[in-house]
Amino acid sequence: MIEVKNLHKSFMGKTVLNNISGVFQQGSVNMIIGASGTGKSVLMKSIVGLYEPDSGEVLYNGRDFYRCDRTVKKSIRQEIGMLFQGSALFDSKTVEQNVKFPLDMLSDYNESEKRDRVNDILKRVGLENANKKMPSELSGGMQKRVGIARAIINNSRYLFCDEPNSGLDPQTSILIDNLIKEITVEFNTTTIVVSHDMNSVMEIGDHIMFLYKGDKVWEGTNTEIMDAEPESLQHFILANKLLRSLKETRN
Amino acid sequence: MISNIGKYCLFIKSLFVNRERFRIYVKLIFEEAVEIGYNSIVIVALISTFIGAVTAIQTAYNMTNPLIPNTVIGFIVREMTFLELAPTITALVFAGKVGSSIAGQIGTMRITEQISALEVMGINSSSYLVLPKIIGTMITYPLLVILSITLGLTGGYLSTTITGALTPNEYIEGLRMEFIPYNVFFALIKSIVFAFIISSVSAYEGFYTTGGALEVGKSSTKAVTNSCLIILIADFFLAELLL
Repeated sequence: MIEVKNLHKSFMGKTVLNNISGVFQQGSVNMIIGASGTGKSVLMKSIVGLYEPDSGEVLYNGRDFYRCDRTVKKSIRQEIGMLFQGSALFDSKTVEQNVKFPLDMLSDYNESEKRDRVNDILKRVGLENANKKMPSELSGGMQKRVGIARAIINNSRYLFCDEPNSGLDPQTSILIDNLIKEITVEFNTTTIVVSHDMNSVMEIGDHIMFLYKGDKVWEGTNTEIMDAEPESLQHFILANKLLRSLKETRN
Repeated sequence: MISNIGKYCLFIKSLFVNRERFRIYVKLIFEEAVEIGYNSIVIVALISTFIGAVTAIQTAYNMTNPLIPNTVIGFIVREMTFLELAPTITALVFAGKVGSSIAGQIGTMRITEQISALEVMGINSSSYLVLPKIIGTMITYPLLVILSITLGLTGGYLSTTITGALTPNEYIEGLRMEFIPYNVFFALIKSIVFAFIISSVSAYEGFYTTGGALEVGKSSTKAVTNSCLIILIADFFLAELLL
């Protein structure tokens, strides 16, 4: 479980996150949604430690990430796996080397154990024959799968996905969404997904937090979101023609 | 400018704080040494040979006074090669080749979030990416300077003897005239300092790249210009201090 308390972040005097609080449960897909520029990615990057917040707390199972000592912080970091928007694969390394990288750096497995684990994980994400390929030889969807494999190889307890569907076709988006959902359940991870894709929200979002201009405006489940009251959220949801017609039909 | 110097000093400090396990660096240093040093041999060899040849020819062209013996030409070529041409001119070329490559590589990793990926894993990204490059450069550049000295002097020999400006004996006698072994040490000290400047300044420019592909290009350009400028300033101070 990850708990965020009164998180505040500003850049050059401009407030990007305004006292955000919330709880992200283990074993469920927690989604942070909102329009572009509302602070979704900044919130996620503040939680994983890429941006240090101006104030507030981030608790990983009760361990305060910004106030713990270096050893605890390092151990928390080793429990984090992250899928970046552009996959962020190391382009000078093969798929196998990319996925093995966290094990090389952070584990004491021997080479054959590492190779077995990499093969298992690549099989799990449906890339069993891609070991020797370079990232540039992969499609966008395959790169995301490798990114997910790299994120979970070290038995991560916390999985972060920044816009996992960006640049993917609708069919591949659904595959990636489902993969994230399956991994969350299978590995019992606390998963946080930043997205502005309502299809993903309806498909896999167990718990949703909506941000608007740096404020948390609403949170709830994907069954409640269609009836949520905030106007900004309704505008966001109903920008999608399909959802607009769905709501009209329901009404 | 002052804040940039401060930021650069903090960057250098970050390479040594919370670094990764030593065994991880050994392989990386070897890879960087090959990437940076081995792949620069051809360009360094070509430049050094031609600079040595041209220096010898031009010195011979200017030595028209019959009272000055021809052996002085070899002496001048040797002194110039040891003291300036091999360590400094090669460093400027090296900054263009290796500096832009380091800045471009690290800058691209920054804008494609590969550096963020390392940081999320709890890896000291600056130390992991930059320290092997600096050590690899500091190991291989002095070796390239030794090669440069050898080929520079050989270039001078070939150009003067083939054109008939000097006899082989005159040139070799000039090379051996009043030889000061300390100059070899001075050239190597310079090469180590220049290697550190090129690799660290270029890595610094790449590491703090923000934006997109355009900014990566700008970082590469800044890496080369700043490295060259700092090399020339350091060259002056080293000459003042050590000679």
